Amino acid sequence: MREMTYSEAMAIGILEALAEDETVVLMGAGFGGLHGDPAVWGQLREKFGDRITNPPIAELGYCGIAVGAALTGLRPIVAIGTGSFSFEAFPQIANEAPQAYYGSRGQVTCPVVFHMRAGIRGAGALQHSTAPQAMYWNTPGLEICVPGSPADVRGLIKAAVRSDNPTIFIDHERLHPLMGEVDETSSGDIPLGVADVKREGSDVTIVATSIMVHRALEAAESLADQGVSAEVVDPRTLVPLDKDAILRSVAKTGRVVVADETQKSCGVASEIAATIAEEGFDSLRAPIKRVAIPNVPIPYHQSEEDYVTPTAQRIVEAAQVICS
Amino acid sequence: MANLRFVDALREGIAEEMRADPRVMILGEDVAVGGAFGVTRGLVDEFGHGRVINTPISEDTIMGIAVGAAVAGKRPIVEIMFVDFITLAMNQLVNHAAKVHFMSGGQLAVPMVIRVQQGAQGGWGSQHSQSLEAWFAHVPGLKAVAPGSAADANRLIRASIRDDSPVVFIEHRGLYFRHDPDGLEPGESVLGKAHIVREGSDITLVSYSRMLTECLEAAEDLAGKGISVEVIDLRSLVPLDIDTVIESVRKTNRLAVAHEAVVQGGLGAEIAARVQEMAMDYLDAPVLRIGAPYTPPPASPKLERAFVPDRAGIAARLHRMLSYSKEEGS
Amino acid sequence: MAGSELSVDTLKSALHRMMLIRRAEEQVIDLATSFDDLIRGHYHVYIGQEASGVGACMALGPDDYMFTTHRNHGHVIARGGEPSPVIAEIIGRTTGYNKGRGGTFHVIAKHLGVLQTSAIVGGCVPMAAGAAFSIKKRGTDQVSLVFFGDGVLEEGAFHEALNMSSLWKLPLIMMCENNSVLPEGRRQGEYPSSSFAATQLADVAKAMNVETHVVDGGDVREVAGLLTELAHRTRAGEGPFFIESRMTRWPGNRGSFPELIGGPHQMDWTWDPGTADARLQDWLTNSDPVSLLCRSLVEEGAMTREEVEEIDAATRKEAEEAREFALSSPTPSPESAMDYIFA
Repeated sequence: MREMTYSEAMAIGILEALAEDETVVLMGAGFGGLHGDPAVWGQLREKFGDRITNPPIAELGYCGIAVGAALTGLRPIVAIGTGSFSFEAFPQIANEAPQAYYGSRGQVTCPVVFHMRAGIRGAGALQHSTAPQAMYWNTPGLEICVPGSPADVRGLIKAAVRSDNPTIFIDHERLHPLMGEVDETSSGDIPLGVADVKREGSDVTIVATSIMVHRALEAAESLADQGVSAEVVDPRTLVPLDKDAILRSVAKTGRVVVADETQKSCGVASEIAATIAEEGFDSLRAPIKRVAIPNVPIPYHQSEEDYVTPTAQRIVEAAQVICS
Repeated sequence: MANLRFVDALREGIAEEMRADPRVMILGEDVAVGGAFGVTRGLVDEFGHGRVINTPISEDTIMGIAVGAAVAGKRPIVEIMFVDFITLAMNQLVNHAAKVHFMSGGQLAVPMVIRVQQGAQGGWGSQHSQSLEAWFAHVPGLKAVAPGSAADANRLIRASIRDDSPVVFIEHRGLYFRHDPDGLEPGESVLGKAHIVREGSDITLVSYSRMLTECLEAAEDLAGKGISVEVIDLRSLVPLDIDTVIESVRKTNRLAVAHEAVVQGGLGAEIAARVQEMAMDYLDAPVLRIGAPYTPPPASPKLERAFVPDRAGIAARLHRMLSYSKEEGS
Repeated sequence: MAGSELSVDTLKSALHRMMLIRRAEEQVIDLATSFDDLIRGHYHVYIGQEASGVGACMALGPDDYMFTTHRNHGHVIARGGEPSPVIAEIIGRTTGYNKGRGGTFHVIAKHLGVLQTSAIVGGCVPMAAGAAFSIKKRGTDQVSLVFFGDGVLEEGAFHEALNMSSLWKLPLIMMCENNSVLPEGRRQGEYPSSSFAATQLADVAKAMNVETHVVDGGDVREVAGLLTELAHRTRAGEGPFFIESRMTRWPGNRGSFPELIGGPHQMDWTWDPGTADARLQDWLTNSDPVSLLCRSLVEEGAMTREEVEEIDAATRKEAEEAREFALSSPTPSPESAMDYIFA
């Protein structure tokens, strides 16, 4: 076991994916974001420079090229940059990739990974803070990974690459510097569709995705001080969704907060809450609370930005309401 | 104007607004020759090519041109031939149209209407048959409207054109040529007001657009079995009139939401999440979500019929819902 | 109107605007590097490109529209924006043009005709075409001018907008600021990018039957002369036009976090580039639009060194006051995040 940043663990996962299968190629290499450590990310170019293509600023074009490459034997990982830029490539991401397998009745597969850094990153303002995963969830045919820890990002990037389906891989700029343990002596594989209980508890279930896992753990700590035992369940992937793991926890606690950093209206938290309300109805002893972004774009100044950010404190407050 | 078709009521609404306000104009592929479904037929004769404008096949830039024209004083209507093609215009729609008012600190407004046509009907397959309204409902800054009758098509298009925000106006192609026996009753044209189309006491059934028809028919079938269904037409998805839904649930204690879009991440999720949060104590059964299965729309007629929820399926699921009891489980 | 015909007063006022942009951007960099939390993300400055923006805006009238992109601070000031609300916007204060809502990427000033500032590459070109479309429909003689970088030609949206503006003969001026050109290539030469297939950017527009021009974007007289002529022709219905404004990147402009090499610009460097940091000397000698204009005005006898330095002192003071104004302005109240969702 070694403590490392989320960013380094992702780089290790991508390096491992490149090493294990020579059909894996990178379209762009900006996975590390604005502050990527050159010592970590430089290895991609040193070891696999011939498998990296640097595209022009043409999201639609290079995502389409990646889809075409995926249909014909390659397994591209596409670095789109921020989630907002994926809107330029929507025809390929939402209208071509997810329909290839279904539309051809299984004749072709489209094993492409669309990587994007999504979420409120600090001064990203309106066009560099968008987290589009809820819209992709409403688009059948896409798998969606939302890893929140170093070990999870390393395992899931490899699972996404190995999957024969197109995968949306969402990371979050604020996850990159966070530390966690990674076992480099094992493959660290994680299958898609398996949730992880990040903290056990008995009074309230906090279902948290991506960056919210950390805020949920912080909230659980603070709730423990108040005598409330919170269980933190991280679905890790939205499609497929490990409903059983979530419902198991809800059966135990009877109370749920869903914590997610997308806008509330038709957001990720809505779908998770609706699913629990439908399939875990008899277990529920209080209404499910959603802690998410209100229905506004992301403003620029920190005071307004903080106001719309779903924080640990807001998780605590929501849990207090339903536990009293 | 009794016995009007949806397409005619919609066209008349657009024409009325174009007569009333010279800033209103319409742009899109083939709109000067009526568009793919005849909504704009004849408008060019009255308003000329200067206000009914054919564009190249360039969705993102049609949208961008409209945003630019809107901030510079026009009130454009954009026609997107199939909602599936809006994927090509998502950058201008999401990153600009929806955000300019907020981004500019209120200096600018983007008064535009984006008319989209959607629905699985006619075997057009996975790229001409999707229902994508939840995308728009998720994007802050966009309003979304989905009329289910000719009268509402007329009222809501007029309200949408007059609105100072970007409004996505969702038309279902299965509605265009249907005669509306009620005709064009005078009524208020405001966004954000749901309408109780049929009163009932056992189950609240919420829907919009063409699925409303299947819901009303299912309610009729269930009435024959002594089950009283209250049917609510949302009409406007953003803003969402949740109060009307909650009030009804307080009476019926059961809620189902039916739409043609896939269940996952759909409007049903938002309504279910809100209602369980705001009115859990009134619910005797879980909120039932009815929608398309989690696949792209298939083309083959048989598969397509199975993909879209219908009268019989809705009635059967509502019937089962009534026998739900908390002790036994469903 | 040829650039050389600009009056001394006009040139003085152009120099003033250029220096104001330079000094304001220096304050922006200083604010970003001196404080941890004022400019929290990456940002782009307009140092080294002042002649292009100022020259182009000299051709605009008060009712014309302007659209811009990531490097917008300088464009807004070039258009007549005051440094105070621009810097206040960049650090998110309520006295900013957008009340602090947009920040560095999105300075919008409706009263100046600056209708949108998009940080999506290519995002503004269709919208500027839309404003031009509105002008044509309303039958006014306004002009819609859009600034963008050379990377925009890599995006599909640009090609769609180019086609439509040409088809519909829109009153649009597309000002492509290519800041990747070496000094000797500014008047002619090859496009040096590895990410664009065309040898000449202007060829792309020509293929769509759009009249194109290449201009030395480091020379405010040339830019003002060309743009003034094209603005007249645009008003006469001869648009659209595509201009490649060529310039040489300021050495401090590396990546997404600019650096003031050797500190703020010193007028000594202008008169004698050899006194500056070695990394700057070449640029100061051959490319810095502010230094080039200062030296030529003095050489031509239009101004004395002392007069130039007076302008510099005035703009430096104005930028310092703008910084203080911004820093002392209130931050938005958190709840104001919920304002301006729907008009």
